[in-house]
Amino acid sequence: METTILFAPLIGALICGFGYKLIGEKAGMWIATGLLFLSCLLSWIVFFGFDGETRQIPVLRFIESGSLATEWAIRLDRLTAIMLIVVTTVSALVHLYSFGYMKDDPQWKEGESYLPRFFAYLSFFTFAMLTLVTSDNLVQMFFGWEGVGLASYLLIGFYYRKPSANAAAIKAFVVNRVGDFGFALGVFALFFLVDSINFSDVFAAAPTIAETQMTFLWGEWNAANVVGVLLFIGAMGKSAQLILHTWLPDAMEGPTPVSALIHAATMVTAGVFLVCRMSPLYEFAPGATAFITVLGASTAFFAATVGLVQTDIKRVIAYSTCSQLGYMFVAAGVGMYSAAMFHLFTHAFFKALLFLGAGSVITAMHHEQDMMNYGGLRKKIPLTFWAMMLGTLAITGVGIPLTHIGFAGFLSKDAIIESAWAGGSGYGFWLLVIAACFTSFYSWRLMFLTFWGEPRGDRHAHDHAHESPMVMLIPLGVLSLGAVFAGMIWYNSFFGHAEDVAEFYGIPVAEAQAEGGHGEAAAHGQGDAAGHGKEAGNDAAHVTFAGKPGEGALYIAPDNHVLEDAHAAPKWVKVSPFIAMLLGLAIAYWFYIVNPEAPKRLAENQRPLYLFLKNKWYFDEIYDAIFVKPTLALGRVLWKRGDGSIVDGFLNGVAMGVVPFFTRLAGRAQSGYIFTYAFWMVMGVAALITWMSISAGAH
Amino acid sequence: MIQGDLSIILPEVVLSVYAMAALIGAVYTSKDKLAPTLTWATAALMAAMAVWTATGDASARTAFGGMFIDDGFARFAKVAILLGGASVLVMSQDYLSRRDALPFEFPLLVALSTVGMMVMVSAGDLIALYMGLELQSLSLYVIASMRRDSVRSTEAGLKYFVLGALSSGLLLFGSSLIYGYAGTTSFAGIVEAAQHGHVSLGLLFGLVLLISGMTFKISAVPFHMWTPDVYEGAPTPVTAFFATAPKVAAMGMIARALFEAFGGMSSDWGQVLALLAFLSMVLGAVAGIGQRDIKRLMAYSSITHMGFALMGLAAGTQFGVQAMLIYMAIYVTMNVGTFAFILSMEKDGEPVTEIDSLNLYAQREPGRALAMLLLLFSLAGVPPLLGFFGKFYVLRAALDAGLVWLAVAGALASVVAAFYYLRIVFYMYFGKETDGAVAGGSPVLWVFLAVAAAINVLGVINLFGVEGAAAFAAGALVQ
Repeated sequence: METTILFAPLIGALICGFGYKLIGEKAGMWIATGLLFLSCLLSWIVFFGFDGETRQIPVLRFIESGSLATEWAIRLDRLTAIMLIVVTTVSALVHLYSFGYMKDDPQWKEGESYLPRFFAYLSFFTFAMLTLVTSDNLVQMFFGWEGVGLASYLLIGFYYRKPSANAAAIKAFVVNRVGDFGFALGVFALFFLVDSINFSDVFAAAPTIAETQMTFLWGEWNAANVVGVLLFIGAMGKSAQLILHTWLPDAMEGPTPVSALIHAATMVTAGVFLVCRMSPLYEFAPGATAFITVLGASTAFFAATVGLVQTDIKRVIAYSTCSQLGYMFVAAGVGMYSAAMFHLFTHAFFKALLFLGAGSVITAMHHEQDMMNYGGLRKKIPLTFWAMMLGTLAITGVGIPLTHIGFAGFLSKDAIIESAWAGGSGYGFWLLVIAACFTSFYSWRLMFLTFWGEPRGDRHAHDHAHESPMVMLIPLGVLSLGAVFAGMIWYNSFFGHAEDVAEFYGIPVAEAQAEGGHGEAAAHGQGDAAGHGKEAGNDAAHVTFAGKPGEGALYIAPDNHVLEDAHAAPKWVKVSPFIAMLLGLAIAYWFYIVNPEAPKRLAENQRPLYLFLKNKWYFDEIYDAIFVKPTLALGRVLWKRGDGSIVDGFLNGVAMGVVPFFTRLAGRAQSGYIFTYAFWMVMGVAALITWMSISAGAH
Repeated sequence: MIQGDLSIILPEVVLSVYAMAALIGAVYTSKDKLAPTLTWATAALMAAMAVWTATGDASARTAFGGMFIDDGFARFAKVAILLGGASVLVMSQDYLSRRDALPFEFPLLVALSTVGMMVMVSAGDLIALYMGLELQSLSLYVIASMRRDSVRSTEAGLKYFVLGALSSGLLLFGSSLIYGYAGTTSFAGIVEAAQHGHVSLGLLFGLVLLISGMTFKISAVPFHMWTPDVYEGAPTPVTAFFATAPKVAAMGMIARALFEAFGGMSSDWGQVLALLAFLSMVLGAVAGIGQRDIKRLMAYSSITHMGFALMGLAAGTQFGVQAMLIYMAIYVTMNVGTFAFILSMEKDGEPVTEIDSLNLYAQREPGRALAMLLLLFSLAGVPPLLGFFGKFYVLRAALDAGLVWLAVAGALASVVAAFYYLRIVFYMYFGKETDGAVAGGSPVLWVFLAVAAAINVLGVINLFGVEGAAAFAAGALVQ
């Protein structure tokens, strides 16, 4: 079954991509979509049927070279199961949605065949992403990692006639290459340290790695921290974290379904998944996790500020994605991997919903993406409006404070903010709360600008605005369900009591014997944990995580009490994100409903700040000045001077000057007269004899 | 005693007796009308001799008191000589007959020169060596000027004769010096006297003169001057013959004389050969660029190729000899194919040899152009064709022997030489629109061209076993 889940999208991609001429465009697209729905169905079966026991399902022998022996295997544990449903569900819905969205695309001429290519890329992406999340070793993961990078490149540049799309695709690829370099170095370092790249071996060796010092660049470092940081650099590239984030907003050049699938719900969360997957290692790398926390919080804040002033509907959501990924990294950084996965899970639903909703708006408005030309669309496209509304309620975190009732984002985001506080990261906590306020502001700003107020821009477009077809609305409906209920249903599993979380992830638990005698804590296998939980009943807090690294889907060190501390957080901590949300909503309401002139005045009053945010903190300009320009200049020098003048000049000089000169000389010597020939022969003999006599005389 | 000796030289005897009998037979019958038949018969007999030699006794034997050596090395060379000669004869017949230029002496002179070559590679004595060499040379002088009504042909014959006589003089002078200082003409005797470091200047002079005389036959620089003129002036079938069998024979003779008679002085003659190899490779490559006539071009091409083969010998090792033999076998194959192409070039029924006439040849004759392209790439030494492996072996031999500078020079020379091969390809495929040469001649030429091209492609799999045979042959020569 797991193998089917993995390979059905690949088969779909191959049939659709190569076979559509044989079976027809429509048939190819339906086969690809059908296979994905099959994959999705099986994923849910696996998710619900999963018993917590980590299993390895070998597929084929992969690489055997020296002491490196790896299999291509599916590692099935809770992390994998979560990712399976996220990836296949969103992907299946996006496939369906694309039937409507990609039809009659104005980018293509009449009669051009582009749909099968699009569907094949989507299916191929899904296969690569599934490879990534099911991998049993780091090289297999790297294969998936590069596979999704390739698919992302192909899909961002799908409109290959648009220069901006090509530039964005190249940018995404190059920036990811920087991250991938770090990732690859991390894999090398692990192989160097452990002599294996299989997860089981690496996890088992994690405590040993933590006690090892290794030389890297200029100094001696703790090996676990080095590996942790290197792997995180890979995650930074893929998940668009600060420094390596510049590609994500540009990636919006791709078709909107692609943005929803790849650049919101799945691929960009691969970095978060990687950190959670490597939790046994990160639990031993305090330096690396501190770095992750700081960077994640900074990204969440930075992206939220930029999102405040963007006017392109997709860019706003893109920065929002970037910001939400920062939240996830903060959770992972403070050791609350489960909260990171929780947000990853709920975010996939509401962010895909927002993107697909935005796509629906864009279709309605004839491919207009600037929010300044929207307005008053509530009545024209009511179903899209309600779907977007649910998504916004979810992302801003609407719910009833101090209870577990609310939209998906309410539960998962609050879980992260509480974890940040409990993890002792004041920096992380305050930045996340501020970012929550900004999130609320830009999300409501998007809603108000799009659906309220007077229609702006092209009258014609507004007159012809129409609701999207059913194939686009059904995915919106399904995702809305997730955005509303996913948080409430799975709250206990992701962020409930320790024993619930332990059962969910298959982590062995130990009874905390009153004053925590860790030494005699009897480790219980996952099997009896459930029964034990019932007995313990109201005594649940007495259960702590136990087990060795590599047991269970996550590893939580015995001294990691973030979960309990988060539950015990003061009330003001728990309420703060809600207040931040209300504040953001109020400001947005004031700015865009009550007093629409206010934002313009503010932008004029605070012009430098406005431009700073509008230009994304000038990251692109700085990179252009530091990296791009000097590289181009160096390339030009090497090309014109190095290659053009020196190499070509030398070769041309030899080929057109020196050799022909000697050719003419030889031609002149070839006089045609016998006496010349004889003369040269005799001269040759004389020279040889002279030479031999001299050299023989040397003996 | 004499009976045993005769049985060893039986292939040579058969071929000689055949040639003499056929000569007399033809004189007393229909003379030139018999020529086509005689050509085919000679080719068939030579091919049969090749098969006989190849499949015969593998042990080393000597005859006439060491004057004649029949070992693996000799047999390898003889097979190459006989097959090369037979191929050229088959290719020439139609070409010469159609132009009414096939005298019945031609195949018989080729047969006699082949006998001379077989003696050259089997010689175990300076006298036998000279005898074989002169038999070969005299036959070649005659066939070079075979077309008595053509000024160029007679000029070619005359130039070759005069310069050949000079080189024979040098060789004889060298031989007499060697005899004088070593006291014997047999290789087995000379090798005892000629040990490195204990050698008189007279013997050294003799060695240098001997090398000069012998390398004239392979047109090594500076004894190469005759080659372009003779190649251009002689009738094309004769040029084809010059470019193949005699080169193998002379190369075999040099290897035999140097290793059997002067094996102890390999560091001395190694230097000389390395210098000659260097000069040949460079001059052949550089001077070939200016050529407009494909036969002249092939002359310079052969000078370069002989430089490469000499590089193998200059290494002075068993592997070097093996590399040289492989190189020569590949060289003969490539040249047979190339000359099959050149023989088929004609315009209005007349043979043409200008490179210009190949403009856009590929549009007129795509198949032949493709085959020729493969051969030219192989001649240039482009991997993965056979010509590359020939160069690879000799370069490796040179490197193993520490002749790095020579190997580097060889690689550079082959880059320069690639220009004139590729220029022909350029003309054939991308040239200007002119009324150029078309393919003429019998289908035999097309067969030879196609087979040679196919060998150059397919040979990369295992070199058709030539590598093993060459290793055995080299082992027989160098103990």
